[in-house]
Amino acid sequence: MKYLLALLAGIACGVIVFVLLVYYNPLARRPSLSPLAVSSSGQMELAFAAGSRELVAATGSGLTSATRYPASIQELWEPAVEDTSLVVALLRNSRGQPAGLGIKFATTAEQPGILNGVYPVSSAWHVWLVDRGGLMIDQTENRWSLLREIALPARVSSADSWRGTYYGVLTDGPNALGTGRVAGGSGGLRGARGEAVEAVSVRAWSVADGPVAMEGRLTIALDPAAETAASAR
Amino acid sequence: MFKLFGFGIVLGAALAAAAAYLLPVTDLHREVSIVSVQPNGGIREAWRIHVPDDRILAGGGNPAATSPAGVDWPAHLATAGIEAEVFKLRDANDVVIGLGSRIAAPTGEVEWLLHLPARGSMYFPMNPAPDASGLRSGGLRAGTREFDGRLGSLGERFLPGGDGGTIELTGVLVATTGNEP
Repeated sequence: MKYLLALLAGIACGVIVFVLLVYYNPLARRPSLSPLAVSSSGQMELAFAAGSRELVAATGSGLTSATRYPASIQELWEPAVEDTSLVVALLRNSRGQPAGLGIKFATTAEQPGILNGVYPVSSAWHVWLVDRGGLMIDQTENRWSLLREIALPARVSSADSWRGTYYGVLTDGPNALGTGRVAGGSGGLRGARGEAVEAVSVRAWSVADGPVAMEGRLTIALDPAAETAASAR
Repeated sequence: MFKLFGFGIVLGAALAAAAAYLLPVTDLHREVSIVSVQPNGGIREAWRIHVPDDRILAGGGNPAATSPAGVDWPAHLATAGIEAEVFKLRDANDVVIGLGSRIAAPTGEVEWLLHLPARGSMYFPMNPAPDASGLRSGGLRAGTREFDGRLGSLGERFLPGGDGGTIELTGVLVATTGNEP
């Protein structure tokens, strides 16, 4: 019996050691440099206040820990959408002026990744820019550093909150360089193609309310050839 | 006994590593896709939205039409006449299978983005004007995961009834061979 207990205790210790190794994995770095920083394409910056009380609307389910705002908004409780969160945000241009609307659907992706420091999320942005038209951004995200550096510390904090300075790039694909895909659909963006990167900066996070002070930033680089063709239509 | 304990540590770490490597972060719920095969080889799939029950958000120039209560629709978008709605999307069995967003501009342009969590997303810019039967159609501009690289179209029709009505969406998707322009 004592041999069995020793084996079980060893297995439990091994699992704990592995979890700690994954959590403190020094190789899992926070991506903070946008792959588009070295792009030669013209870029468009769209910022949005991503704090849960600063959005136009947000919802999800208990599983996605997404805060619902306003309180009367429907919860995404149905089995097919319970891993999905919805965010609706006013997008501002680089001068801080309102530029359009962004609707984001994000679903925890059905793929392994924790071993590599990846918490995979598939997301799609439906963007309408008032002066330019509509586009879609297809992304795979890695939210591991957001979880490890903010959400988990907030959870174990006695105040159930986190304060600090965090900046990280969420976009991890599907393009080879870790950028998302852009497809223009309407208006002046019809036919346009390009790449996009989403980054967030966080200053305060609460377990109850999710992001309290957070700003998101979409950097969109349109392919000049596709944009020229689009504007010629 | 200490050897066994040490072996247990290695075994536990190996089991945890294998689980982290092999097991997905989540197991998304899937409903059986209800599709019919088209003569050209593509598939046809119908989705429906019950209005107002399936409407998650509505915003536009008319404050009275903004829902749910408490939504502060940005004045800039209201002034520009941008209308946006987000819905729960149901299959032919009336089971929720995803979400959809519809954005309409005052110029008549309409776009749909359908997000089916277990399958992918589809982006449809629609034709500005519906035809005589009230059917508005558009082509698949981009798709992700299961819908990546597909050709296709979407038809949108509103059927009034009761206190609201039903939006019927009919998608036709064709797999590409790689030789298409």
